[in-house]
Amino acid sequence: MIRTICGHWKSLGLGWIIAAFMTVAASMPALAELRVDVTRGTVEPLPIAVADFLGNGATASQVGRDVARVIKSDLERSGLFRAIDSKAFINPEKSLDSLPQFSNWRVVNAQALTQGRITVEGDQKLKVEFRLWDVFAEQQMIGQVFTTVPSNWRRIAHIIADAIYKRITGETGYFDTRVVYIAETGRGDRRIKRLAIMDQDGANHHFLTDGSSLVLTPRFSPSRQEITYMSYHGNIPRVYLFNIDTGRQEALGDFPGMTFAPRFSPDGNKVIMSMARDGNTEIYSMDLRTRKTARLTNHSAIDTSPFYAPDGSKIAFNSDRSGTQQLYVMNSDGSNVKRITFGKGRYATPVWSPRGDLIAFTKIAGGKFFIGVMKPDGSGERLLTDGFLVEAPTWSPNGRVLMFFRETPLNGNRGKVSKLFSIDLTGHNEREMVTPLDASDPAWSPLIP
Amino acid sequence: MQLRSLGYIVGALFFLAACESATMQDSAADGSGKQEMKDGGQMAAPAPRPQSPPTGFSIAEGSQQDFVINVGDRVYYDFDRSSLKPTARTTLEKQSVWLKKFPAVQVTIEGHADERGTREYNLALGERRANSAKDFLVALGINPSRLKVVSFGKERPVALGHDEASWSQNRRAVTVPTTGLPGS
Repeated sequence: MIRTICGHWKSLGLGWIIAAFMTVAASMPALAELRVDVTRGTVEPLPIAVADFLGNGATASQVGRDVARVIKSDLERSGLFRAIDSKAFINPEKSLDSLPQFSNWRVVNAQALTQGRITVEGDQKLKVEFRLWDVFAEQQMIGQVFTTVPSNWRRIAHIIADAIYKRITGETGYFDTRVVYIAETGRGDRRIKRLAIMDQDGANHHFLTDGSSLVLTPRFSPSRQEITYMSYHGNIPRVYLFNIDTGRQEALGDFPGMTFAPRFSPDGNKVIMSMARDGNTEIYSMDLRTRKTARLTNHSAIDTSPFYAPDGSKIAFNSDRSGTQQLYVMNSDGSNVKRITFGKGRYATPVWSPRGDLIAFTKIAGGKFFIGVMKPDGSGERLLTDGFLVEAPTWSPNGRVLMFFRETPLNGNRGKVSKLFSIDLTGHNEREMVTPLDASDPAWSPLIP
Repeated sequence: MQLRSLGYIVGALFFLAACESATMQDSAADGSGKQEMKDGGQMAAPAPRPQSPPTGFSIAEGSQQDFVINVGDRVYYDFDRSSLKPTARTTLEKQSVWLKKFPAVQVTIEGHADERGTREYNLALGERRANSAKDFLVALGINPSRLKVVSFGKERPVALGHDEASWSQNRRAVTVPTTGLPGS
């Protein structure tokens, strides 16, 4: 199983994807640009026609349909696009070598049009050409060619969806990413939890551990194919590193107490975590190169769920030093601790946006759980969603979408259902991530390099 | 280790249930007890523990069952608290007497939380609870080298309901004898 993943990841190396740019229409648009503003509260989804990519033969045609399907699904799940039903298309082009009949696309109300062509060359080479058109301005917005191995078709589709998203919204996309999370089965005190990884759209799902040890709270390294997480392996709860390429697992450090709540530093060179000993929980950092550890907090309270600011200068965490769980921010050396939440309720799991401008959190108030965001100084609190239990937000790498898990109680003491959801920063477009089993503790990867 | 100790706890509950229906089964501590857990799901509210073994059924002194049924293996906490309530102190006092009587026994104290907190905070809270029980046993004269602690946070609920009746059973510290039991 590990070998499959390893091969899969290795095959994704940049060397195999060659992108080129081409322009058919020479003049750049002088008219108002086709654009979606992602910061607005409610956005009317942009109608886009994603034509099946043409193919030179049966295999290529099938890949062409699959690529179009993945692009459509990515764009639609973002909530910013509405893919027009292909049954409505009027005489879609049979060739990529001439301009589209824009009038036919205007009739079906397409604002944007995506076309492409797949060329299979032997067993080893797949050529993917793609264009994005502004239907009303009759302008080409993007033209790209990718050459890769055939098994990479799905990833190319995500890269194309990212390109469309970026061209039309002005924001970096997040479709060429993965999610690591905890897959759950079984009830109550027999719950089995496994590390699992999948593409952000749920495809390429793999289990990384076999469920023999309880595992919790995985997080991606920003710089290497590594995950840090917590495991009860050998009945000793502590923090581990998992190498996705090799499948190797390694306990981090030799602490005299339980270590948990690990996160990487933004440069990937450190892991911060909590250690609990003698009833007291403090935050520590460990340098992954020297393996030296440093204690960052010194308080008799519970200090946990630490998270670095994207520039590495500060750490947000939650502590009950005031009597209840609240959010605090300190310098990354542990100095200058400041409480930032004073609202009603308890605050937990602060996660800094990759843009640095917001902190997402879990809030518990009035018997409910909430996912919200606030500025790093604690002002401007905005709650995005709530429920019996929603917990553990994680940011898409462009800072526009949050993923979290939601537990829904089952009637009659039959336990609960736990699933992953994503929601836009605007509070709109909440969607369930389909997973084979119950799911919790999601962590969104950076854009795949 | 965890599973085995659960087997005993479940077995003990089955035993209590068996007492009520007046049907004794010597093998209650094993498979049949597990079956009840699977079907019944939620355990009943903490049952009052008999002060002495019922007549007609013998529990070996110093056994796991002796500890669970005659002493009481767990104490309960208020929401988001790790301070010991009077009933918890009484239970821990009985545990200390038993542990002094069987000085070879080593235990692990498992700290747990209900589902109404975040995962990582609850791991810390469970650790704090297990240590509050440990500290009390040490104050009563038990050698700390006999007492290990582990926290399971909200990962191992015994009651599966989503109300205070269940949560109050899950906010607990369970003392689990691991080695040194007489006759084992």
